[in-house]
Amino acid sequence: MHTQRRLTPFLFLSPAVVVLAVVGIYPLVFAAWVSLHTYLLAQPNIPRDFVWFSNYLTVLRDGSFWGAIGRTLIYLAVSLPIQIALGLGIALLLRRGPWARLRGFARVSLVIPLAMTPVVTGLIGRLIFNQDFGVVNFAVNSVTGRTVGIEWLGHPTLAFVTILLLEIWQWTPFAALIFLSGLTAVPAEVEEAATLETRSFWAMLRHIQLPFLLPALTAILILRTADILKQFDMVYTLTSGGPGSSTELINLYITRIGLRGAFDQGVASAQALLMLILTTVLSRLYIRYLYRGDDA
Amino acid sequence: MTTRPSPSVTQPTSADQLAVRRARRGRRVKSALHGLGLIVVLLCTLFPFFWMVSTSLKTTNQIVAKPPLLVFQGTLEHYRTILGEQYQVGGSLVNSLIVATSATLLAVLLGTPAAYALARFDFRRKDDLWFWFISNRFMSPVVIILPVYLLASQLRLIGNPALLIAMYLTFSIPVVVWICTDQFRSIPRELDEAAMVDGASPGFIFLRIALPLALPGVVVSSILSFIFNWNELLFALFLTRGDGVTAPVRATSFLSGYDVPWGAIMATGTLIVLPVVIFSLLVSRHLVKGLTMGAIK
Repeated sequence: MHTQRRLTPFLFLSPAVVVLAVVGIYPLVFAAWVSLHTYLLAQPNIPRDFVWFSNYLTVLRDGSFWGAIGRTLIYLAVSLPIQIALGLGIALLLRRGPWARLRGFARVSLVIPLAMTPVVTGLIGRLIFNQDFGVVNFAVNSVTGRTVGIEWLGHPTLAFVTILLLEIWQWTPFAALIFLSGLTAVPAEVEEAATLETRSFWAMLRHIQLPFLLPALTAILILRTADILKQFDMVYTLTSGGPGSSTELINLYITRIGLRGAFDQGVASAQALLMLILTTVLSRLYIRYLYRGDDA
Repeated sequence: MTTRPSPSVTQPTSADQLAVRRARRGRRVKSALHGLGLIVVLLCTLFPFFWMVSTSLKTTNQIVAKPPLLVFQGTLEHYRTILGEQYQVGGSLVNSLIVATSATLLAVLLGTPAAYALARFDFRRKDDLWFWFISNRFMSPVVIILPVYLLASQLRLIGNPALLIAMYLTFSIPVVVWICTDQFRSIPRELDEAAMVDGASPGFIFLRIALPLALPGVVVSSILSFIFNWNELLFALFLTRGDGVTAPVRATSFLSGYDVPWGAIMATGTLIVLPVVIFSLLVSRHLVKGLTMGAIK
């Protein structure tokens, strides 16, 4: 009886653990092995020598690697606060007030960007930001009265702005919906009592709603940080990292080195493992501080 | 202070009445701004989607027209083109459906028992195990695509849909485990214990008592996992080829070349996105719950 008790959780868990270990851990071990060797996919005749940590040194000395990391961090630091601010604003608009039906429509419509395949978001971006006949340039020209087509995807800074705009478009609804569900946790009596005390929107937000919004905020921070560090699909179809390498986020850079151009698997594996360390440390910190696994 | 003539009400005499009026006007302005904000939100979220669908129904000349056309005579020629021999989008959609559905079913099959064990049983290093499951959700696929590509090419597995399904489990299982562990925890333990006293086996209790009660969590996590699988590009881009490519990969393949077939691209995009969007709108309540369940505790 006792051993059976101990065995039961094991039986329930083992299929999932075995499968995840095979598809998730085994490749990592292999990547670690590759990262210590010369491994050029395009030149199979070059011997796969054991080179100690030279691939890692190559990566750490490589300016373009740090460039890609820097771009990714800028992308994160700019787009996430905007998503959070806009998301909070939208959640407050949707929370209560007049226009019940309009609020309902707007809330449901937020699901559309979330469900949109990021690949397709990138393709739509190419269409609406097209220099020649894109609707964004048409709108800009109608307002400014000029007739020059802005080269959104051909200019390094503007291309970066474009990927930021699409990132914000696609994921602000996520923040809005999570904030909205945080707001619904605010007890109605508390809010009503507070409206008798103060009419100030900010006082209300700060003293009454904020405590209920903090879990939502941490959730958004965690999940969006992880997903932004993973960003690949939308940027791949929108700019493929260009022009030059102005929008080449870290994942586009690593796949270019490993699979799309240089085919240097040794160096790319080293980059990927460094990336893994970065994301693991980040997510561990996040989860340790903000979540509790059990009985939270 | 100016006063306005009013036919029905006598002119306001006291400061109180004036204050009430001002407050009323202020409220009307606020309400108008509120409505305006909502309309802006609505237009912003809908416009790119609307523009994709409408572009897919325009002729090539109408697409590049200046100024952009809002009203036009629609055509289905791009849909005929992409479903034909040249582009074979139909086949890729079928591939996507097979891969996404299989991976979702497998994730539920493997993930729910694990979630149940994490919610119900006590054993050593349980927290670490839970963390390990969840941390897969945070792992970037780029970290494993490189070694998997090498291993799969040695084993001649590239292009095999089973490989792609297996890789999709790396993020589908964590989603199921994350949401369902929460769900199982919310079911009273007493139900399990009562059944155990009656002599029911753990397997029976899981299948017949806990799982039916956890159905909302299972549904929500299946929906999320299906959408992630359906939308995925990175793994599919490098692990499928030829007739086996999924729809997102097919959509990216039109971009090469000088003349970009905008109509065909937007028609393909519509066929990829429309089923998911309609489905998501139908289950939007579940979807939002799923997003927040995994997120807020």
